Amino acid sequence: MKIHPAYEMLRPGKKFPNVWCPGCGHGIVQGAIIRAVERLGINRDEVAMVSGIGCSSRMPVYVDFNSLHTAHGRALPFATGVKLHNPKLHVIVITGDGDALAIGGNHFIHAARRNMELTVILMNNNIYGMTGGQYSPTTPIGKKASTAPYGCAERDFDACALAVAAGAVFAARGTVYNAVELDKMIEKALTKKGFALVEALSPCPTLYGRLNKEGSAVKMLQTQKANTINLKAAEKLTPQELEGKVVTGVFHDGEAQPYTEVYQQIINKAQGR
Amino acid sequence: MSKQIKLWQGNEACAEGAIYAGCDFFGGYPITPSTEVAEILAALLPKHGGKFIQMEDEIAGIGAILGAAAAGAKSMTSTSGPGFSLMMELLGYGCMAEIPCVIVNVQRAGPSTGLPTKGAQADVMQTRWGTHGDHPTIALCPSSIEESFKLTVKAFNLAEKFRMPVILLLDEFIGHMREKMEVPKPGELEIYNHPRPKVDPKEYQHYGDGSSVGGPYAAMGSGYRFNITGLTHDKHGFPTSRLDEIQWKMDRLRDKIDRHLAELTEVEEEFLDDAEIVIFSYGAAARSSQQAVRQARAKGIKVGLLRPTTIWPFPDRIVTDVLKKCRTMLVAEISQGQLVYEVERCNKSNTKVVPVLRYDGEMITPAQILKAVEEAQK
Repeated sequence: MKIHPAYEMLRPGKKFPNVWCPGCGHGIVQGAIIRAVERLGINRDEVAMVSGIGCSSRMPVYVDFNSLHTAHGRALPFATGVKLHNPKLHVIVITGDGDALAIGGNHFIHAARRNMELTVILMNNNIYGMTGGQYSPTTPIGKKASTAPYGCAERDFDACALAVAAGAVFAARGTVYNAVELDKMIEKALTKKGFALVEALSPCPTLYGRLNKEGSAVKMLQTQKANTINLKAAEKLTPQELEGKVVTGVFHDGEAQPYTEVYQQIINKAQGR
Repeated sequence: MSKQIKLWQGNEACAEGAIYAGCDFFGGYPITPSTEVAEILAALLPKHGGKFIQMEDEIAGIGAILGAAAAGAKSMTSTSGPGFSLMMELLGYGCMAEIPCVIVNVQRAGPSTGLPTKGAQADVMQTRWGTHGDHPTIALCPSSIEESFKLTVKAFNLAEKFRMPVILLLDEFIGHMREKMEVPKPGELEIYNHPRPKVDPKEYQHYGDGSSVGGPYAAMGSGYRFNITGLTHDKHGFPTSRLDEIQWKMDRLRDKIDRHLAELTEVEEEFLDDAEIVIFSYGAAARSSQQAVRQARAKGIKVGLLRPTTIWPFPDRIVTDVLKKCRTMLVAEISQGQLVYEVERCNKSNTKVVPVLRYDGEMITPAQILKAVEEAQK
């Protein structure tokens, strides 16, 4: 029997089945991360996966890396400490829309500003899943959530634009529908020296889908396909034509000196070298 | 090597003590009156090849030091009341995940933003009970500059040994007081570094060494892959809801302190042998208490001083024994009496317990304590 190459990166035994609901997109993102690490030939001992709290943040339990499941919103400060103390580690931060952009919003912009070398995978399902469907900073205005029974009154965050404005060297948005493209984005993000964000749009049929009558998991994937548009195609459309569409693609791919390199220079200076 | 004599303030002695202990990571957020600890470490750490980072808030500060410690650093943060309040969630995380680090709280007068440049000893209960859930804490309280240095070193040793955050509970009076001290020579004070595992990575259990203290545990990136979580976890560090595993974890957190009380508890005693009146006092307040004891002794009053340097775990047995032998115990502290109830809890002999308190931001004076002693003498 041929064993899937990802199999040995998963933890055996009582860690499975995972907490994710049928139809959840997070497993596809997990697969994309595993494939990217495998293709880049990164030694698993040199990967640290750090997460916050929420559905997505359960991933470190399932993947056989050094793993640190922290408190709600606090993955980035922990990851900053891990990376700064041991710059040899590839630090992958697993987070969700509520975790990264609400309670962890301040940490998010400051980690990007410092250009900490972190690969941040933000799984955006537009809702608080684990807590039971409350609205998040990415729930679109007017959409329903358990704490927005009449429709969400708040405007939503664009995580990629926020990261770029704060100083990230890489920001991309992909979907679990376009899994091949997502693989490439994550692979690219892992090679960046600096704060790299991949926002993965991941459907939540159990809560977001049910509350907003979006149909089955398959239907939600079809909607994701229909409602997203690639950056290059979007550039040719008028704002009216783009109404209701979510733009995907690589928004920023730049360079800036990463934090641990800057800090090494500080150490050299302090030691008179 | 000749003697190195320094005129340091408590915060400075604390920062220097951290370097002596082998601290190689500081993450924190500036707050009065603890800022000197961060400022001095910002200068010292890179000289020693360590890392300093000023985070965006106190929550990020403690998060960064916990992350660094998980990756193998000896890490520290420093703060004061409002910042300490913000750190509570991750202090609990550090206790649950059993991550060693040192948290310095240079107490200022509160509540809330209170009196930033004035001192207090009113965070002692928050130190013990500030986080949610059941777990013990370790907190050390220096009364002098030299002790600020030595107890910082001890805090690191206990953190490494007991594998948990250890709190150095300074107060503004000690933090900003300058005093002469002789700097310990390298090797003079014991430095404890916890052992690293030698077993095959396949057999490694991050919490499964069979002993609650002193056991080997790995750093991230050292070839041992393990999971750390704030969720209740099994010996491998993976989340569990199994009743026996929950029980094991909770007992483990409690027992590692409860079974080592004698080792953890440290008190200083002065004139206790024949004391009819005993002053219980710690930190800055103990300096005034010591002066008051000497003045009272000069007047022929049989008074003694019991000064714990470990405030948590509380020295129950010692306090109970001293209470049995004396007529009155005065509890002198710079708060509305946070430790009075602790002393009364230990009182199995109907000894009179009298609070001697000051909480207007100023230092409690020897005169105030001496007056209380004289009243107790009547």
